[in-house]
Amino acid sequence: MPAVQETVARVREIDVDKYKYGFTTKIESVKAPKGLNEEVIRFISAKKKEPLWLLDWRLEAYRRWLTLQEPTWANVTYPKIHFQELYYYSAPKSTEGPKSLAEVDPELLETYAKLGIPLKEQEVLAGVQGAPRVAVDAVFDSVSVVTTFKEELAKAGVIFCSMSEAVQNHPELVKKYLGSVVPITDNFYATLNSAVFSDGSFVYVPEGVRCPMELSTYFRINEKQTGQFERTLIIADKGAYVSYLEGCTAPMRDENQLHAAVVELVALDGAEIKYSTVQNWYPGDKQGKGGIYNFVTKRGDCRGKNSKISWTQVETGSAITWKYPSCILRGDGSRGEFYSIAISNGYQQVDSGTKMIHLGRDTSSRIISKGIAAGHSNNTYRGLVSAHRKAVNARNFTNCDSLLIGDKCGAHTVPYIEAKNASATFEHEATTSKISDDQLFYCLSRGLSPEEAVALIVNGFVRDVLQHLPMEFMAETQKLIGISLEGSVG
Amino acid sequence: MLEIKNLHVNVDGREILKGLDLVLPKGQVHAIMGPNGSGKSTLAYVLAGKQDYEVTAGSVTWNEQDLLTMDPSERAAAGVFLAFQYPMEIPGVATMTFLRAAANAVRKARGEPELSTPEFLRFVREKATALKIDPEMLRRPLNVGFSGGEKKRNEILQMALLDPSLCVLDETDSGLDIDAVRIVAEGVNALRSPDRAMLVITHYQRLLNYIVPDRVHVLSDGRVARSGGPELALELEESGYAEFGDAARNGAAA
Repeated sequence: MPAVQETVARVREIDVDKYKYGFTTKIESVKAPKGLNEEVIRFISAKKKEPLWLLDWRLEAYRRWLTLQEPTWANVTYPKIHFQELYYYSAPKSTEGPKSLAEVDPELLETYAKLGIPLKEQEVLAGVQGAPRVAVDAVFDSVSVVTTFKEELAKAGVIFCSMSEAVQNHPELVKKYLGSVVPITDNFYATLNSAVFSDGSFVYVPEGVRCPMELSTYFRINEKQTGQFERTLIIADKGAYVSYLEGCTAPMRDENQLHAAVVELVALDGAEIKYSTVQNWYPGDKQGKGGIYNFVTKRGDCRGKNSKISWTQVETGSAITWKYPSCILRGDGSRGEFYSIAISNGYQQVDSGTKMIHLGRDTSSRIISKGIAAGHSNNTYRGLVSAHRKAVNARNFTNCDSLLIGDKCGAHTVPYIEAKNASATFEHEATTSKISDDQLFYCLSRGLSPEEAVALIVNGFVRDVLQHLPMEFMAETQKLIGISLEGSVG
Repeated sequence: MLEIKNLHVNVDGREILKGLDLVLPKGQVHAIMGPNGSGKSTLAYVLAGKQDYEVTAGSVTWNEQDLLTMDPSERAAAGVFLAFQYPMEIPGVATMTFLRAAANAVRKARGEPELSTPEFLRFVREKATALKIDPEMLRRPLNVGFSGGEKKRNEILQMALLDPSLCVLDETDSGLDIDAVRIVAEGVNALRSPDRAMLVITHYQRLLNYIVPDRVHVLSDGRVARSGGPELALELEESGYAEFGDAARNGAAA
């Protein structure tokens, strides 16, 4: 079935008021008390049997956080978040040490089945013979419960595990790199994350190793009123290569949910990291009520010479998205890339973009951003490209295109460009267009329905970015585009 | 049979069609000629169901179905096809992808099975070759950067692919050189059949040397002013539209 048809089939399957993945699973949780104070942080740290240095690190972040103000510069509005009304730690009870899939709570596996995880991960999760080699570190609420393929990765010397496990088994690596890209002083949400982070993925690819498979994680919020504070750290040692996929869905609920993740990437000499995200958190109902607040700090450090970090993101969910996956181009000859598709519909608000910080000589970066706004949504691209005094011959190419569907939505482009040396070459292109009635009529006169027509036009608009996604994500993304824009015309 | 009775159409509050009557039987090709601003393109858009073309009176039926109550995709499924004067560009969507989506949408609506990929490709290649369409063109984004001739040939390719029973060609010859007109006309002629009716809208007689119509209707000020055989077109070539009041020259918009 061609992608467009498939998109349409999916769109038809879905009742507009029923978010496809909106259900809750009954699994008993172990919670920290509500609210945030030093005791809660000690509780989290003790629960995870963390070494003292990490507890101190968390406490330092917490004390710092108390001095910070919530940022207000983004082009988004939302009611005040009551940080003392949230739970900061929640783990499914059944995870106190499952050693294999057989020990995993059947309800949890049922959740994955309901999610219809479309890639081959489900087979992998189910332990099917001959399942494709996609490793899954599934994060259920706050704690990684299933980690597979570890043996095969171990053969290659790749470490892929939950952050909690990494703290226990590879403390020297965690201590060396945690917070080295996003320091605990970085920003309000990153600092909060540093104080209370629950779990996340840890990847280390040793020198000269090309990771033998794509690594993948599904995130899912499950507990009521549980802030999600994932922490992911990926290190590619000299000459190493790794491709990491992250995707997420969330159940329907009324209260807004806070999600403040931190992702740190470190690429040493000649290393390459490709990080792809398909973000599909619950966006809220038709009136925009109940969606997720997604305040994420993602940053990659091209620490070594000729290293490369590439971010590809597809943002379709969340009530509010505040996210700027960035690259620090420290190593001479290093390269950063940012490919983004941000779709907003209903009352969604997106303020997203990237930062390319050129510090080393002969560094280059490329930004391709496609924003699509429909319904009453607001979609802002915010990007910074800067060249340090020593960044001789820094080069950047930026292309930001916005597509408007209907006349009640907004698209904004806010580029910041700073060149502190004369040899830098920065190019910036931006366009804003609207799906015209004539384009739609042309498609309709060829027999396409309005949904099919919009999905087709939008898939064409984002094609430059789509092709940077790993194959597994492309089909899923085309479906998501159709689903996300349902009801935007007609 | 296409039956248009007393059709009145407003565009932006101005009456463009003012009581148009037309009967086009199955198996025939009728030409619509007329000066600029006489309502030729308006008629084409109204038949295809473009919004903002407000029908204030009259009826349009195709094989006894009321076209005016159907939305554009329903009309496509019912067999109506409009070859656009200005085909739209859709950046990033490969022409082949678009053709496939359209063909499948129409087949599905008609209760026909979708073509398999090899069947579809074979069919497209065959039709494309006949229209002298470079296979490379089918990989390019739909109509983006196409020459005038490529755009029009692409319209005829779509027409062949969607198997319509009522073909409306809106100024398909405009902007084409004589070789391109011939290729397009051959493509259209190949689709003439006893089951198919065609309405060929053109300003110039030239196209009708290649697509010989059964009847010619001259539109003037929103009505059919005169009808006749193919010789009427030749007559117009001689005398021009002066007797029908060249609305464009009189300052009215198209």
